Amino acid sequence: MDFKDYYAVMGVERDATQDEIKRAYRRLARKYHPDVSKESGAEARFKAVGEAYEVLKDPEKRAAYDQLGTGWRDGQEFRPPPGWDAGFEFSGGGFSGSGQAGFSDFFESLFGGLGGARHGGFTRGARSSGRGEDHHSTVEVALEDAYHGATLPLQLRVPEYDANGRLSMHERRLQVKVPRGVINGKRIRLPGQGAKGVNGGKPGDLFLEIRLRPHSIYQVDGKHIYLNLPVAPWEAALGARIQVPTLGGRVDLNVPAGARSGQKLRLKGRGMPVPGESPGDQYVVVQIVTPPADSDEKREFYATMAERLAFNPRAHLGG
Amino acid sequence: MSAESTDRYPSGDQRLSLADISHGCGVSVDSILILVGEGVLQPRGRRQRDWVFGADDLARARCALRIQHDLGVNSAGAALAVELIEEMQRLRERVRVLERLAFRG
Repeated sequence: MDFKDYYAVMGVERDATQDEIKRAYRRLARKYHPDVSKESGAEARFKAVGEAYEVLKDPEKRAAYDQLGTGWRDGQEFRPPPGWDAGFEFSGGGFSGSGQAGFSDFFESLFGGLGGARHGGFTRGARSSGRGEDHHSTVEVALEDAYHGATLPLQLRVPEYDANGRLSMHERRLQVKVPRGVINGKRIRLPGQGAKGVNGGKPGDLFLEIRLRPHSIYQVDGKHIYLNLPVAPWEAALGARIQVPTLGGRVDLNVPAGARSGQKLRLKGRGMPVPGESPGDQYVVVQIVTPPADSDEKREFYATMAERLAFNPRAHLGG
Repeated sequence: MSAESTDRYPSGDQRLSLADISHGCGVSVDSILILVGEGVLQPRGRRQRDWVFGADDLARARCALRIQHDLGVNSAGAALAVELIEEMQRLRERVRVLERLAFRG
């Protein structure tokens, strides 16, 4: 297993005071908290910082850890020397880790088996009430299915404790009814589909967070839909009636004369049909596309336009 | 249930009670009442025994409690953090949409 340099993880000197360690922990915990940071690897950093703090904040554990000496580098192959913890007495107070997952093998080899409240996450609720734990997961949904509503097959890997308290993963298949009009981040509840209850208690619930799969032509912002609409220069200049796709089918859109690139045209109520709210809108964003000048005839036509239109698109830049 | 069974989705009830939220967070009802008091959770229903929460409320409550526990802030600080996190998520989503519209065509 790898040695963990808890002082390096916390960015403090080996002789740091308890106050300095606490300040370092608070600063790093805010920076890498998985609810706050979307940086990749933030959760792993948060756990590493939590583990380092678990040891360094506790004078007994810190003294035992310090006893390993300064000769170790972070990540170096490590085996605890025999009798390394002789003469230390651990009071084994409850762990204050945020309940996501266990600490590293390194931590376990040094301090494992102390105190009882390990791996609180999955069993805590079950012990107190008899009702099974709720489970939480995410499900990817195609935009069309979210718009119309759909029943989708879902495969979940679920951790379960057997009668001996051993943890194993097992696979579950579910048919999940995705209600019409769900949007990104929306959660749906499947009652009774969480962990089994204890001693005849009711099972917990399964909560699924909806993630919309990126779509090839639509962009989704909350309940509103965006679509880039390519138009020819003459359609933008003269105005045009154009059929555009929406999730509910094609609709006619009037592009006004003199439309600019980037102009947003609203199709009211053509976005996501969120239950209990007014439906979202679809915004059509005009993109003027120029025909390629890939023949003598077309180049000549462009040259004629340049001559006849006397158009300076950079007039406002003083050019 | 067997490892390969396929369960039908039960008729879905999306409403959660105060006890459901408390159970889902693994904390006492009192802790949830504090979150309601801070406005993190806004149940429908006038009297406490009629309160109805949504599935999104459970996620908000869990986020607030994690922040409270992990960062050592009080309930008002956690409430502020939850609001800022949600605002940040909305803005990130919007930036993503606008970048795709602008740069992908």
